[in-house]
Amino acid sequence: MSDAVITVEGISKRYLLGKRRSKDDGIRHLMEDALRAPLRWLRSRRDSSESGPEEYWALKNISFEVKRGEVLGIVGRNGAGKSTLLKILSRITEPTSGRISIDGRVASLLEVGTGFHPELTGRENIFLNGAILGMSRVEIRRKFDEIVAFSEVEKFLDTPVKRYSSGMYVRLAFAVAAHLEPEILIVDEVLAVGDAQFQKKCMGKMGEISRQDGRTVLFVSHNLGAVSNICSAGLLLHSGKKLFAGTAAHTVEAYLTSGATTTGAVSWIEAERPGTPRIRICSVRVMGDGEAKASVSIDRPISFEIEFESLVPGIDWSVSLHLVHPSAGEVLSTANFPSACLGVDEWAGRSFPAGKFRSVCTLPANFLNEGIFLLNVAVMKSVRDTEVFLREVIQFTVQETGGMRKEYTGQWIGIVRPRLHWSTSLVSTQ
Amino acid sequence: MAKLIIEAGRAEGQYWRDLWRYRELFYFLAWRDLLVRYKQTVVGVVWALLRPLVTMLILTTVFGKLGKMPSGDVPYALLVFCGMLPWQFFANALSESGNSLVANSNLISKVYFPRLVVPASSVITSFVDFLISAVFLIGLMTWYQFLPPANVWFLPFFVMLAFAASFGVGLWIAALMVEYRDFRIIVPFIVQFGLYVSPVGFISTVVPEQYRLLYSLNPIVGVIDGFRWCLLGGQHALYWPGQAVSLLAVIVLVVTGIMYFRRVERTFADVI
Repeated sequence: MSDAVITVEGISKRYLLGKRRSKDDGIRHLMEDALRAPLRWLRSRRDSSESGPEEYWALKNISFEVKRGEVLGIVGRNGAGKSTLLKILSRITEPTSGRISIDGRVASLLEVGTGFHPELTGRENIFLNGAILGMSRVEIRRKFDEIVAFSEVEKFLDTPVKRYSSGMYVRLAFAVAAHLEPEILIVDEVLAVGDAQFQKKCMGKMGEISRQDGRTVLFVSHNLGAVSNICSAGLLLHSGKKLFAGTAAHTVEAYLTSGATTTGAVSWIEAERPGTPRIRICSVRVMGDGEAKASVSIDRPISFEIEFESLVPGIDWSVSLHLVHPSAGEVLSTANFPSACLGVDEWAGRSFPAGKFRSVCTLPANFLNEGIFLLNVAVMKSVRDTEVFLREVIQFTVQETGGMRKEYTGQWIGIVRPRLHWSTSLVSTQ
Repeated sequence: MAKLIIEAGRAEGQYWRDLWRYRELFYFLAWRDLLVRYKQTVVGVVWALLRPLVTMLILTTVFGKLGKMPSGDVPYALLVFCGMLPWQFFANALSESGNSLVANSNLISKVYFPRLVVPASSVITSFVDFLISAVFLIGLMTWYQFLPPANVWFLPFFVMLAFAASFGVGLWIAALMVEYRDFRIIVPFIVQFGLYVSPVGFISTVVPEQYRLLYSLNPIVGVIDGFRWCLLGGQHALYWPGQAVSLLAVIVLVVTGIMYFRRVERTFADVI
């Protein structure tokens, strides 16, 4: 017997956007035509420019294998096809072509609390949700106490869940799902919920499921730290295609270096360079490991590179950057004024000749927390007068690599996440 | 555990086995709908009695008192109620199961289970209301001191027929509703005029003889006639050709309903 529990061969999934298809199903075609006729008539009068259906391949020719007891982390950007893949594997939707063979009972958890009914009590929902996830009544009854204990909502068992806090709701929902006993568990992003402590508990449970019981887990997440810590293998998807498969660590690396759709660089052609008659900005780049990247590793220094053209000689230019967090606002501002930098910028305070210049500012590694950041760029004349200001000119993502999540596996709170010096000493003994 | 094969356009052979495996889900979904139905209502489950009662009073007044329709040797109210019972079951099951897939779209798009469970459990929910109304019928019969004839032993057959008719039509509508929300408007309409087209407020013998066979194409005609024959006996003799046509109509509805449902079920998650 082969060791592979899941074998995926050439799976593709096509969605038709806009107008729907009708060629391959008879009755449906007829009904559709009959029903659509008046509508179509109306529509065709309004706009006659109706085009044919637009195809969208959510997945294209994906093949991979999952071995028994393996924890496979599936990573990729939004729209990479991760969720579609899980939906096909859990039989919610059909592939357009390809073949999958699965050896074992599958339970999928694409959402926490699917089928929870707000009017029903916690107790009732445990039974309902369990049944929806494929547990039998006997099984649920057997595990009921365990589920309740895990969820920490004992006191509210007979309260309708519509009165629950969102945290309680999620805890209860995850508790039910965590006590499924499938041979193969499919999980999508559910760990992005609940507080840090509960997240940790969930992660622990996931690890336990695979390690102790030898069950196979497929896990989709944007949390790269979680992927590299609990997964043994990884699969990287990009625009519906398989980009990489290998160990979890390698996959996370491949994901980070895949460079994303944006390159981490903005540059303008000669005629469109923003600025004034005295100065123009040529390009702004976010650099990691020596190349422009839209997504940089948390444990690597990040450089910002601004190229500008000084058109009129004799002005002293200084460059300033604001780092902005989408929800928290300004994180920091910095400039190459002599008193504001480490070391000395050789052009600071000098009068610039006409020519092209490049200013580089470097953030240390392990400084920003994971997340999305935006950059504002300003160039000032004689320190005080802002000559050019480019708001949110570039966006980049700081990616967790798991280096600081060995002991604590949850998300670090805050916008910055520096490694700091700690010391503990014995003050006295009793 | 057998290997599961997922392939494009392949209706898995496991379907019926899965249906069996998920049999408890029938129960849970029906149980949920029943639990939820009367939450935050004042009179609660009494609604299950109130609705048929009021309809019966109105129909008795309109057809019996004002229209002076014949009722044979039984009280008009009883005649109406024997028609009301299967009709309300059919009408409720139709609206409930028709809406069921769309109402459970969050389940459909996130969890796998044989989708047939959803409309089927809605029919079961309506069946519970039917049973409650049936208790009321017993009360009504006691009130009129009316003893049903021996035919009553055939009643389970007609209950099953009502069940099958509701299920068949429910499947069709549920599956169509997923893609064509037009049915959200069509269904209440069917239910509304169906009450007058079907022999609920009158006996089907008032339909001219030459049209009766055609009339029986409405599957609920056979069911209502059957109910009256079982419960009231006497002059409500069965019109056999009509029964056969109704039975056939029900069989066709159920078979094609299942076929159509299975066919489009695969794309529910994409379309819903």
